[in-house]
Amino acid sequence: MRIESKAQFDSAVRSAKKAAAGRKLDILVCCGTGCLANGSAKVAEAFAAEVEARGLAASVGLFTKKTGCHGFCERGPLVVLKPSGVLYTKVKPEHVPEILDKTVAKGEIITKLLYKNPATKKPVEQYTEIPFYKNQTRVAMRNIGQVDPTDLEDSLAHGAYAGLARALFHKTPEEVIAEVEVSGLRGRGGAGFITARKWRAARKAAGERKFVLCNGDEGDPGAFKDRSIMEGDPHAVLEGLAIGAYAVGAHEGFIYVRDEYPLAVVHLTLAMEQARQRGLLGKNILGTGFDFDVKLSRGGGAFVCGESSALMRSIEGKTGEPRQKYTHATDRGLFECPTVLNNVETWADVGAILEHGGPWFAAMGTEKSKGTKAFSLVGKVKNTGLIELPMGTTLRHIIYDIGGGILDDRPFKAVQTGGPSGGCLPESHLDSPVDYEKLTEAGSMMGSGGMIVMDDRTCMVDVARYFLSFLVEESCGKCTPCREGLKQLLIIYDDLVAGRGKAGDVARIERLAAGMQLGSLCELGKSAPNPVLSTLRYFREEYQAHIEQKACPAGICRDLTAYEIIPEDCNGCHACFRACPADAITGEPKKAHTIHQGRCIACGACYTACPTDAIRFFPKVALAAAASGQGGAS
Amino acid sequence: MNSISCADGQPMEAILERHPREEASLIQVLQDVHRAYNYLPCDVLVQVAEALDVPVAKVFSVATFYKAFSLDPQGKTIIKVCTGTACHIRGSGQVIEEITRQLGIGPGQTTSDMGFTLKTVNCVGACAMAPVLIVGDQVHGGVKPAKVAKALNQEGPRDAH
Repeated sequence: MRIESKAQFDSAVRSAKKAAAGRKLDILVCCGTGCLANGSAKVAEAFAAEVEARGLAASVGLFTKKTGCHGFCERGPLVVLKPSGVLYTKVKPEHVPEILDKTVAKGEIITKLLYKNPATKKPVEQYTEIPFYKNQTRVAMRNIGQVDPTDLEDSLAHGAYAGLARALFHKTPEEVIAEVEVSGLRGRGGAGFITARKWRAARKAAGERKFVLCNGDEGDPGAFKDRSIMEGDPHAVLEGLAIGAYAVGAHEGFIYVRDEYPLAVVHLTLAMEQARQRGLLGKNILGTGFDFDVKLSRGGGAFVCGESSALMRSIEGKTGEPRQKYTHATDRGLFECPTVLNNVETWADVGAILEHGGPWFAAMGTEKSKGTKAFSLVGKVKNTGLIELPMGTTLRHIIYDIGGGILDDRPFKAVQTGGPSGGCLPESHLDSPVDYEKLTEAGSMMGSGGMIVMDDRTCMVDVARYFLSFLVEESCGKCTPCREGLKQLLIIYDDLVAGRGKAGDVARIERLAAGMQLGSLCELGKSAPNPVLSTLRYFREEYQAHIEQKACPAGICRDLTAYEIIPEDCNGCHACFRACPADAITGEPKKAHTIHQGRCIACGACYTACPTDAIRFFPKVALAAAASGQGGAS
Repeated sequence: MNSISCADGQPMEAILERHPREEASLIQVLQDVHRAYNYLPCDVLVQVAEALDVPVAKVFSVATFYKAFSLDPQGKTIIKVCTGTACHIRGSGQVIEEITRQLGIGPGQTTSDMGFTLKTVNCVGACAMAPVLIVGDQVHGGVKPAKVAKALNQEGPRDAH
């Protein structure tokens, strides 16, 4: 039924809450992409089938809910029991009857399914007690993992559209902008532009037709917060867009979703239909006379389309080439009309800000970076997943307290933020607080929240080369500094990793990078040298090793690295033999094995597989030296 | 799964009906065409150009700009190896090498029996499970070269019938 007044909205929320309260026990099965890949759909089916077979819905009010990403993807499939808050990890369908028999029926905890705190080795019952969750503050991701993203009623029970109702019933558009201004909200897509300023400019711009756009083209490799928000709480995005549209005077909106995010498209489309049916989108929203509707635009798989002007061209059905910004999009954007473009996370923050007030949001964070920020914590870290924290949290807290430290307790080397526009920060920056300014000062940037942790087995020259090869593919090719600069840089890096580096390469890299920063048309080109420059700034000695000694200190660049087995440390367990893809290892069980250098492709699989650290790597040049009788290997 | 019959030109009409006949629909139409045919056949692109009243050159510029589009027929099963940063540092390169060893195709190539096409994707947003391999619809996380064969075989029989 359509909601057509404040009274009707309040009563709809009341009845949604009442229905939720009637569900005495909820079993939340995480159906985010990570858990789905680990088989959570089967777990959810098994729960639904068992609950039905046992008639538990009627007898004890037990329901199964498929939710969005809980964030703790490393331990999936995840199951949370509400209201007790017990979290079970790595749940399989065969565990389902046991969970119902013991935990649901008798309140017994199944210890083997609990998360074990690696620091204390003790199992943790409540998910709120797990350091990964305990240290988080969720705003944009407030309902993810709590609500069923395909059920509007469930979202309403959890406070969805309360911010929109407050905006439409109690505030003028100017007051909405003022509220967002007080909150200090800045763009969560990475650049950190002040949201209220953007909105005000679009509100003041001349023109009848205006647009609000949601940038869901999360292209930074290593970032997936927007994906999880769109999949796990699509109504938060729609609510934010509707509030923004009301504030700037727009009646049309687009959500631009990345081609690689099919589940986000499904959930958003469904959410839009449900919101329209209830009068939360479309004509005469909540009976206030305000009209606003949203269309979904699927991207074509081009990184550059995350850039604002390219994104708008792509929605217009054109190739996603950026244009020069003589005028702001807030004056002339999509179809030449005033346009506000914000990131998914920004829009998701808006509803909460209108519901709880600007000062509430501004109370969190640092002086210039207010509120919370979502990150995807990935790479060589123990607890990988999705997190949200107040701005200003230190990298050390994020990586060690929430992330649980480095995988296999190896030494930390760097953390990469900001994707291909960002940079790699070394250990000396671990204690600096994360906000827009601090990251930019350090030569990186906020970007879309990807935080990739790297250990000593990551080569920084290889990482810079990786981003260059990414950007060479993704540069649209319109302007020369970006197109040619990237290509020339990549040629130099291909030489570096292959042992063909020469004196003067570093200076050449720096000259090219400076030219690109100065001359490129859009931010993709201007920021493209950041991964290169930040690795040069903090890890110059690795470049020197590649150029002067023809050595890769991390043992990653294959043309520069060789492996050998230390016979006295080898227990002959055969693990390296099984791991080797090139049949380069021989040896009898329980006797020392040997790597045959002629066949070895230096992939390092044996090094990773060896349980006794009996494999070491050394610069390949030593092999040639040994062969010519000038000295021993390494 | 993707094989809507295209012999009688039916899907084209159905696709065009779903979208307003204007330039802004171009990408959405091409996406639907791609889903129906598993690639963008040249003659269909010409039809799209006429239907939307857009120059053929423009249709081709869009079709070749975006990674989601292929002008060559694709294999029955698409294999995607994620090469996002997290996957890269956790060894996606070795996964690609292993697939190449098994199927004899590199990224962007299709096996001669049209069974598989191998693609690399910049990031599928499942970084917590790096390295990620997607065979058809099946997402595999934490993939080691030794697990590749199993992942490919799982898809094999299902597609055979």
